[in-house]
Amino acid sequence: MNSLYYQKRLSRNIGDKFFTSLSVICALIAILPLIFLVTYILIKGGSQITPELFTLEPNPPGDDLDAGGINPALIGTLIITTIASIIAIPVGVGGGIYLAEYSKGGAFSRFIRFGVNVLAAVPSIIAGVFIYALIVSTKILFGSMYSGLAGGMALSILMLPTVIKTTDEGLKLVPNELRYASLGVGASMYTTILKVTLPSAFRSTATGIVLGIARAAGETAPLIFTALFSYYYITSFGDLFYEMGSLAVLIYNFALEPYDAQNKLAWAASFILVLSILSVNIFSRILAAFTEKTKRV
Amino acid sequence: MEEKLTLFKNRKRFGIEKNIDIIFKNTALVLSSFVAIILLGIILVVFFQSFESFSRYGLKFLVTSEWNPVKDEYGAFSAIYGTLVTSFLSLLITIPLGVGTAIFITEDFVPKVFREIIGSFVELLAAIPSVVLGLWAIFVLEPFFRAFFVSLHNFFGWIPLFSTEPTGRNSLLAILILVVMLLPIVTSIARDSLNQVPKKLRNAAYGIGASRWKTIFSVILPAALSGIMAGVLLALGRAMGETMAVTMIIGNSNAFSWSLLSPGYTISSMLANQFGEADGSQVSSLFYAAFVLMILSLVVNIFAQWLVKKFSLKY
Repeated sequence: MNSLYYQKRLSRNIGDKFFTSLSVICALIAILPLIFLVTYILIKGGSQITPELFTLEPNPPGDDLDAGGINPALIGTLIITTIASIIAIPVGVGGGIYLAEYSKGGAFSRFIRFGVNVLAAVPSIIAGVFIYALIVSTKILFGSMYSGLAGGMALSILMLPTVIKTTDEGLKLVPNELRYASLGVGASMYTTILKVTLPSAFRSTATGIVLGIARAAGETAPLIFTALFSYYYITSFGDLFYEMGSLAVLIYNFALEPYDAQNKLAWAASFILVLSILSVNIFSRILAAFTEKTKRV
Repeated sequence: MEEKLTLFKNRKRFGIEKNIDIIFKNTALVLSSFVAIILLGIILVVFFQSFESFSRYGLKFLVTSEWNPVKDEYGAFSAIYGTLVTSFLSLLITIPLGVGTAIFITEDFVPKVFREIIGSFVELLAAIPSVVLGLWAIFVLEPFFRAFFVSLHNFFGWIPLFSTEPTGRNSLLAILILVVMLLPIVTSIARDSLNQVPKKLRNAAYGIGASRWKTIFSVILPAALSGIMAGVLLALGRAMGETMAVTMIIGNSNAFSWSLLSPGYTISSMLANQFGEADGSQVSSLFYAAFVLMILSLVVNIFAQWLVKKFSLKY
């Protein structure tokens, strides 16, 4: 009769309890770094935020007590990510359209999909090395060596696989009935894609692309020897062809400085970078959850 | 009646419309082949730039650890060893942690809301730029673990892995920060593959009287194994190529040492440190090291993709 009741002492039940608590511990350890990291950045970086931070140039490291601001790096990050997006989005969306709409699962499209996965796994510093060899050392861009333009190109290599993948997958989710309906009323293939399938895949694709951009904005390795770093304001279009600062490289350079003022600037830059990346991520998550709920209505 | 019929009159598509259609298709084709062009371009460019160093040292480059720009002698053994050791050891810590977390998220120990929050927390961790993790490692992790490392050395100093006096940045810290970076990858892929295991299997195991963890270990984990393995390999590839956080915390010393408590080097941190200021045959040697790194991560990644195709769930 007893065997019908749950017996705590049975070895299988004790073992179950043990492993359950083990997995709880794993989960706790897994979220601990994020909590520590975010609180630390919020406190340490948030306390450095002043209006001057956004308007001043950083001072060269030295015995200066005042480190200045991060204006050039902030603008630089915006410019470099914009350049990367201008290159990667058209190429990636076009490639994704081909894979999802035109290819018929042949060898070519399988090769390209494989290539997209491989390119996504190429270490980010290799993208920097590649652009260095191709553009920086050859001075192919009107004789300029390190430049914001080269940095943007290096970042675009990292963004490209993400953009292709999200476009491809977003378009594949569009029901075929929509395509049949459009082609059935006599629309040509490109009208169907531009007016029917792309718009209906727009939200998921756009979310993926925005996340890709946010990720690229924090990349450092491809920039350290393509865009390098600059202490000076970006004032004209011509500055694209010279060394350009970015938040990520600023954090890298100033974290390794022995001076406290520069370290604080690195924390402030991390605060801005992390806050913007996390808010983009959280916002797109909420948006995705919201669409999921309203999709069937 | 007549008017209605004209509605259905056969209208040929204009030539211009046909041309646009063809142009559009071919543009998309060209754009998609850019991926292949860039990939081949990267491999070829890095290979040809490393050719000088390759013809000079051959495979000896991989097993000697002298890196001396003054004497113009180069060997990348320290960096290759550092890359492999940091990535494998960090993976060794990450696998149980990540899979354990994934099991926690997919089982129903706590209400779904909490599990989803924990799941998205771990995924948010992946969004933090590695340079920020490096900054955090320098100013928070290193002081935090300093005392622990010293006692580790005092008690286990007789093991070669802990045989040097810890002085600030070292390989073990790089391993720890890599764990933080790999955890989201392993967790989210393991979670996806655990979720894909059909409910039938679980119910069948419960039905014949298996306990929860017996079911997990003997039914669910084996069924999800291929997916988890692929995730682990992807994480391995990421660990080998990871640059910024590792460069900032590993100490960047080319002197070879078995000890994890001494400063070390990885291929990517060597590139990050030296590429900007290198000239002469050092550049070619750095390209050679980059080529080695690329081959390593490509092999791991292609193997992962093959594994997914070969062993993807057949239920």
